[in-house]
Amino acid sequence: MSLTAIRALVRNDLRVYRTDRRALLIGILVPILVAAFFGYVFGGSGQAADPGKIPVAVVDEDHSEISRGIAAALAQDPLLAVRQLTRASAVAQVRAGTVQAAAVLPAAFGDQATKALFSNRDRPQVTLLVDPSQPTTARIVQGLFAEYGMQEITKAAFSGASGQAALSEGLDWVNHATPAQVPERTELKAVLEAAQALLARNASAGSAPGSGLQRGLSIPYQMTTREMTSASNIPYNGYAHSFAGMTVQFILFTGIDAGVLLLLARERGVWQRLRTAPVSKAQFLLAKALGTTLIGLFQFLVVYTVACLVFQVRIAGSVAGFAALAVCFCVLNACFGLMLAAIGRSAGATRGIAMMVILLLVMLGGAWVPAFVFPRWLQQASLAAPTRWAVDGLDSVTWRGQGFATAVAPLVVLGAAALVCMAVAIWRFRWDD
Amino acid sequence: MLSVSHLLKRFGERTAVADVSFEIQTGQTVGVLGPNGAGKTTTLAMISGLAQPDAGSVTFQGTPVQRNANALKLHVGLVPQDLALYEELSAWANLELFGGLYGLSGRVLAERATDALELVGLSDRRKDRVGSFSGGMKRRLNIAGALLHDPELILLDEPTVGVDPQSRNSIFENLEELKRRGKTLLYTTHYMEEAERLCDRIVIMDHGRVIADDTVAGLRRRLPAGRSAVLQVAGAPLADELLAQLAALPGVGAAFPTTGGVRLDTEDFGAPLMRCLEVLTRHGREVTAVHTGQVRLEEVFIALTGRALRDEPPSGAPS
Repeated sequence: MSLTAIRALVRNDLRVYRTDRRALLIGILVPILVAAFFGYVFGGSGQAADPGKIPVAVVDEDHSEISRGIAAALAQDPLLAVRQLTRASAVAQVRAGTVQAAAVLPAAFGDQATKALFSNRDRPQVTLLVDPSQPTTARIVQGLFAEYGMQEITKAAFSGASGQAALSEGLDWVNHATPAQVPERTELKAVLEAAQALLARNASAGSAPGSGLQRGLSIPYQMTTREMTSASNIPYNGYAHSFAGMTVQFILFTGIDAGVLLLLARERGVWQRLRTAPVSKAQFLLAKALGTTLIGLFQFLVVYTVACLVFQVRIAGSVAGFAALAVCFCVLNACFGLMLAAIGRSAGATRGIAMMVILLLVMLGGAWVPAFVFPRWLQQASLAAPTRWAVDGLDSVTWRGQGFATAVAPLVVLGAAALVCMAVAIWRFRWDD
Repeated sequence: MLSVSHLLKRFGERTAVADVSFEIQTGQTVGVLGPNGAGKTTTLAMISGLAQPDAGSVTFQGTPVQRNANALKLHVGLVPQDLALYEELSAWANLELFGGLYGLSGRVLAERATDALELVGLSDRRKDRVGSFSGGMKRRLNIAGALLHDPELILLDEPTVGVDPQSRNSIFENLEELKRRGKTLLYTTHYMEEAERLCDRIVIMDHGRVIADDTVAGLRRRLPAGRSAVLQVAGAPLADELLAQLAALPGVGAAFPTTGGVRLDTEDFGAPLMRCLEVLTRHGREVTAVHTGQVRLEEVFIALTGRALRDEPPSGAPS
C-alpha cells in the first residue's frame, strides 16, 4: 500500500506542476532566455563574429610625428575604436561613458620622450582618463599604449634628424654628468656613440624605409593563444557555463515553490485528508522529495536539450558524470524544499527569505559570473556553497570535457548537503499539526 | 461501532473540548449540533486521529483509535470542512490521488472513483477542472473524496457550509443514499433543519460539552409545549401587555414576538388558538396568516443553551 500511496502523491505533484503555467514559464523558459543572454555576452558559442570594439580616444596636443604615429597605431588595433578629441571633449565623453578611456599626449611629448629614452630625464607626462566602471579597459589601453609608444619613440630615436639631435644631447649630458649622477658613464657613453654611428651609417647607406631600427623597437617575441577546451577542434562555448548556472538557479526556485506549496497545503483541507489517510510522515516526505526531484530533472532535461540543440552546448566529458550531477543536484533541491517547509512558519515569509538565500548561493556558486573572477578569499569562501560545486561540476563535464572522476567531489558535496537538508526536514517537519 | 468517552482537549489556556461522550451504532446517522466554537470540529479531529485528546478515549469497533491509528484509518472517511481538493486538477485526478492514498490503483480505483462520482452526480464533469465547479459541486466532490476506500464510518464536518439551497438538497440526497447503503454517518452542522431531516440521533454541544444526546422526537419532548403557531399580524409590533395577555390564555404556554407577529407555544391548535384570535381582534389587530407546526429543534436548542445556533463566534474560538 505504501508504494501505491507514494506513487499517487508523486503523480499528483507532477500533475499540479504540469497545470501551473507560471512554474513552467519560470522553470523552463526563463532560464533558457537568461542563459542565452549571459552566454552571448560571455562569448557565445565561439562563432560570434564581433565581440565589440572598446571606444577610446586620443588627445594629441603634441602633433608630432611620434604622437601621430601612436594615434595611428592605436587606431589600427582590432580591439579599439579610436577617435581623436580635444582634452575638454575627452573629459566630457569619458565622464558620460561614451568613451571608456582617453590618452592625453601633451605638447612636446615626442621630443621629450625621445630625449628621455637615453637620459631618463624630463619624461613627459601622459594622462590616461578612465571610466572607473571599466577598470579592464584602462589596463588594456595602458598595455597597448606602452607597446605602440615604445615602437614609435624608438623609431624616431634611431632614425632621422630628431634621433641625431636626441643622441647628441644625450651624449652631451653624459659627458658633463658627474660620476655620482651616472655611475656607468663610460658604458653609457659607448652605447650612445655606437647608436650614433649606426644612425649615421644608416643615413649614408640610404637603407630601405621600414627596415631595421627604422621600424623602432618592438616586442621581441610573438604570442599565440590556444583555448584549452575539450578538444582542439572545439571552440569554447560561453553558453555552456551560463546554462549550467541558470539551470542550477531556476531549479532552486522550483525547490522554493515546492516548500512554499507544502506550507500552503497545511492551510487547506487537503492537509487534513492527507493526515487521515494511512500514510506516514516518512512516506509523505519521501513522496514529496521524489516529486520535486522528478520535476527538477524534467527542467534539467528540457533546458539542456535546448542548450544542445540551439546553442551547441556539448557534454564533451562524462555523460554519466553529467547525469549523476543532475540527479544529485535535483535530490538536493528537493530536500532543500522540504527543509524550507519544515522550518518555515508562513508561506509568504518563507518565500522571501528563501529567495534571498538562493540568490546568495547562486552568486557565490558562480552561476551569474564565473567564480574565477572573484577575489581569492571569496573563491575560497564560495566553496562552502553547494551551488559552486554544482556549477563547477557541470562545467567540468560539459565544455571542459573532463571524465567522471572530476564529478566525484561535486557529487560527494551535493550528496552531503542533501543529507543535511533531509535530516533537518525530518527533524523539524510538523506532521501532527 | 464508535464510542467517545470523556474527551478533553486544550489549546494552551483555552479548553476547546471539556467533556464529550457519546456512542454511535452501526448504520446510524448522528448529528453533532452546536454553534461556532462549541467544539464540534475538535471532537471530529480527535475521532479521526488528526488530534490527540488530552484526556478521554475514542474506540472504534472496540479498538482504541490512538493505539492502531493507521489500521483504523482504512475504515473511516473524513469530509473536512475546508475543501480538500486540488482546484487546478480535474475531478478524476483528485479522486485518483485520494484513492491512491488508501492503496487503491488500477481497475479497482477506477471503479470506485466512477461510483463515487455517480453518487454525487458529477460523472459528466469528471474531466473538468475543479476550479471551474460551483461551490455546491465542490462540496459534493469533497464528499466523494472520502468514499473511495469504502469506509464504514464517514465523518462529515459541516459539509453544506456556504452552499445554495439547491446544492444543499443534492448533498442531502447523497447522504441519504449513503445511509441507505448502511454507512454510519457522524455529521456536524449548525443547521438544525439538516439534522432534523437526516439524523437518527442528535448530540447537542455547547462550550465543549454535550448538553443533550437524544432522538429528534426525544429532544422535542423536552419542551413543555410540543406545538407552536405563528400568527402574522398587520401593523405595529404587539405590545408587551398584549403578549402577556395572550400567554395567560388557557392552553397557551408562551407568547413570543416575531418579525411581523407572534409565536404561540400551545398543546393543541383548537380552542387556545381561537381564544388568541379573539383577543387580537378585540384589540383591533388584523391576523393575516396563521402557520402551525411542531416545535422546531431550533427552539429546543435555544431552550437548552439560551442562545441561537448561528451566533457569531467569539473571536479566536475554534469551530
